[in-house]
Amino acid sequence: MTFRLRPVLTIAKRDLKSYFTSPMAYVIMSGFLFIMGFMFFSTLEYFNSSNMQAQQFGGKSMSLTDGIIRPLYGNMNVILLFICPAITMRLFAEERKNQTIQILMTAPITLDEMIVGKFLSAVFFVGTLMLATLVYPAILFFVGNPEIGPLFTCLLGTMLLASSLISMGVFFSATTESQIVAMILTLVTTLFFWLISWASYSAGPVWSDVLGHLSLINHFNNFGQGMIHSSDVIFFLSFIFLGLFLTHRVLDSYRWR
Amino acid sequence: MIQVSHLSKLYGPRRAIEDLNFDVKAGEIVGFLGPNGAGKSTTMKIITGFMPASEGTVTVGGHDVAKNPIAVKREIGYLPENPPLYMEMRVREYLEFAAKIHGVPNKNVKSAVDWALEKTHITDVAHRITGNLSKGYKQRVGIAQALVHRPKVLILDEPTVGLDPKQIIEIRELIKSLGGEHTIILSSHILPEVTATCGRIIVINRGRIAAEDTMDGLTLKLKKGIVFSVLVKDPRADGIEKVKSISGIHQVSTVGNKLVVQVKPDQGELRDQIAAAVVGSGMGLLELTAERVSLEEIFLQLTTEEERTA
Repeated sequence: MTFRLRPVLTIAKRDLKSYFTSPMAYVIMSGFLFIMGFMFFSTLEYFNSSNMQAQQFGGKSMSLTDGIIRPLYGNMNVILLFICPAITMRLFAEERKNQTIQILMTAPITLDEMIVGKFLSAVFFVGTLMLATLVYPAILFFVGNPEIGPLFTCLLGTMLLASSLISMGVFFSATTESQIVAMILTLVTTLFFWLISWASYSAGPVWSDVLGHLSLINHFNNFGQGMIHSSDVIFFLSFIFLGLFLTHRVLDSYRWR
Repeated sequence: MIQVSHLSKLYGPRRAIEDLNFDVKAGEIVGFLGPNGAGKSTTMKIITGFMPASEGTVTVGGHDVAKNPIAVKREIGYLPENPPLYMEMRVREYLEFAAKIHGVPNKNVKSAVDWALEKTHITDVAHRITGNLSKGYKQRVGIAQALVHRPKVLILDEPTVGLDPKQIIEIRELIKSLGGEHTIILSSHILPEVTATCGRIIVINRGRIAAEDTMDGLTLKLKKGIVFSVLVKDPRADGIEKVKSISGIHQVSTVGNKLVVQVKPDQGELRDQIAAAVVGSGMGLLELTAERVSLEEIFLQLTTEEERTA
């Protein structure tokens, strides 16, 4: 099986460009940055008032990392949970509907190259969103002295989490011609994997462990605290691989119909 | 260049094509002719590797489509029924994308795109957005997309659909000019289309090959007894009797100084015998032509015959 970078990047570039030639990219970006800005502002206000209280009553004051960066990226993940399905929904569904998928399917490229190219375009898009959010830490660096390590792990964890959401989105986009159906299926599935740890409270000892490990957000927590655990990285990478593998199966079977 | 053997495709229980066998030589222009739903598009989709066959094999340039799809796809330019255009892209941008995913090296992309734009006469819309073009232009962008990497084999599914008569002529000329250098299979349910461009015709009906020959060959094969019209100087009765007496002649009638000679089916041509009889009886041969059935008629015959046996 061949896997070449050039077709991957050609496809990723085209899809990324097509995000920005439709209004969708701008709607998503401005919506995302609006909510993020609001959250940053609120977190900052809360941080200020709680630190002021701590000073008055002699409690322990929070660091910028604990008080702002970590909650900020934790909340960003929730927003990404809703935004990623909207980003990925068109990737294959639109190509199937407009039958442009035929040009990809009859070009001398492999399914893997096609899928990874599509996946990367969405990852790059989310990466662009993430770059834009770096303005908040930049403000903190301007006025204070936050730690750079936890900021880095938060970014890494968020990217890995977002990539997992995207891989699931790519899969559902490949299953249907309807973008809305793709979006809803992605949202339901990723939300389920978000909340699956809830079931672990009532499950037996073994199952509660298993369910806890399957939860997407649980694997972000260590990153939020500035730690990179190989188990978390492996979980996210496996999740991404699973999504892309299922996409491959679905597209392969699509050809038979 | 292309070998298709025992090709079948099932959609569920329905057989879209059944046991197709044909070869296409390098540089040939072959037309698939058949009514809608005959299996033309399905056959093309299988040759291009878009769709796997249920049974049988296709090889293109010595590569088996099922075993080595990438090698086959590299040789093929494909225009599907609906041109696969990204409506938000500009024409040039789109063709550059098509060139790149077909493996045209970066340094040649620009010249390849320029060439394809020029060949399909769309240079003037190169900077327009594909989605805003008229149907005819969209179709030509689709053809440009199939051409841009200069494939050895071109598979064109209904290439002139949606074009106006002037554009149709242009595209036919283009296709003809590409023959020789490229091996071309095109499909159509429009008869003049196929007669105008194709050296050989494969008539597909209900998923089977109903006939496969050159235009002339088909005309001969399908004519139920050829009709000759013979122009003579002096249509004398004894001469006409002499022509009638040739074995295999069905009927002779006269219209002015023209004899209409109807040959019985499966008697071969009898052209020489008729000429000899006319000359021998001293009527004076001016002209002897076999009346061609138009492909339209062949087509009707084919489909009606198939219907009867089905």
